[in-house]
Amino acid sequence: MNAAMLLSALLSAPGGEGSGFDIGRMMAIIFAAIFVNNFVLSRFLGICPFIGVSKQLDSAIGMGAAVIFVLAMAALGTWVVYYLLLVPMGLGYLSTIAFILIIAALVQLVEMILLKYSPGLYRALGIYLPLITTNCAVLGVSVLNIGERYSLGESVVHAIAAGIGFTLALILMAGLRQKIEMTDIPPSLEGKPIAFIIAGTMSIAFLGFAGMGV
Amino acid sequence: MSLAKDLVNGIFRENPIFRLTLGMCPFLAVTTSVRNALGMGAAAMFVLVCSNFLVSLLRNAIPSKVRIPCYIVIIATFVTLVDMVMNAYLPDLHRALGIFIPLIVVNCIILGRAEGFANRNPVLSSVADGIGMGIGFTLAMVVLASIRELLGNGTWLDINILGEAYTNQPLLIAILAPGAFILLGFILGFFNLMENRKRGRR
Repeated sequence: MNAAMLLSALLSAPGGEGSGFDIGRMMAIIFAAIFVNNFVLSRFLGICPFIGVSKQLDSAIGMGAAVIFVLAMAALGTWVVYYLLLVPMGLGYLSTIAFILIIAALVQLVEMILLKYSPGLYRALGIYLPLITTNCAVLGVSVLNIGERYSLGESVVHAIAAGIGFTLALILMAGLRQKIEMTDIPPSLEGKPIAFIIAGTMSIAFLGFAGMGV
Repeated sequence: MSLAKDLVNGIFRENPIFRLTLGMCPFLAVTTSVRNALGMGAAAMFVLVCSNFLVSLLRNAIPSKVRIPCYIVIIATFVTLVDMVMNAYLPDLHRALGIFIPLIVVNCIILGRAEGFANRNPVLSSVADGIGMGIGFTLAMVVLASIRELLGNGTWLDINILGEAYTNQPLLIAILAPGAFILLGFILGFFNLMENRKRGRR
């Protein structure tokens, strides 16, 4: 197989239908992943970091960037392993185990890079950095890509858009929570309970996008 | 005696959802109906008990430097088992739970119990801890699912409770995504309120 054949195989959908690059489809995927099916507020993926890291705006932005990067790399890695290794060998049922190992290795890599080049951000993210491994959004996006039969390009675009949606929700939430700190709320709702209630009201707002029918 | 303590610990004192707020994603996503909650609870409990058993059995054999990857592989193996069995025998439930079956792998409760309990306790108490945590998780899911299904659909475990008139125009938001967040917020607030009351009385 020469390089051009390999490239066209990677860009076309694994189902066989439709080859090449369809900009309309891409836009639909991007819009749906950011707004209509927002990973946090409508698919319930990545709730733990969403509640845990959304107290400060700075660490929210850092966390968002790290998650976008890991999501994109994970989508790339899992797609390649699934379609070029597992499917040809008839090992599709091992996908869950293979995916989680790829993701764990990737997170380790990101951790090492951050520690070397941005120790401040590394400390700010603290325990949530290794926890990206168990961030359901990362495994979720890989499983969804396979389930939707996205091509390699579509998978990576979908993953990046999902990461942007996650970051958007995280940043909005961090801003709201910094305001909430100043206000007078019932003592038993302080902390996590009020965070979930705010998330619920944000989720109502995002529900408005559901009518767009993308 | 202590086995019973390990068992009950997960149900009340260290309830994974209401006390430790672990495992939120499947908790919020599958509590749209009591049936889904029970299915998810059973699947998670099976994985939890089996992984606790195996991790505890191998706790002296696994080198501590690579223990987390080892735990993840053990958990992923059992999740794959559940996924295949459920797909074969309960296809409707498998479709309803969707991607949240493979996502049991990244449920923080399971890895948390492997790391926090099973790797330093004997096999029997680890299994008891797994059962207790599993029941605690399932119980919490059934509580939220009952509220959501009753408000959002007028039914409980598919049995019509609130009558035709309600079912025709239910409080739909309870079953949609916002309802899960808001109701969970109020439930956690209720637990805090109880805690504060108890502390105030002392």
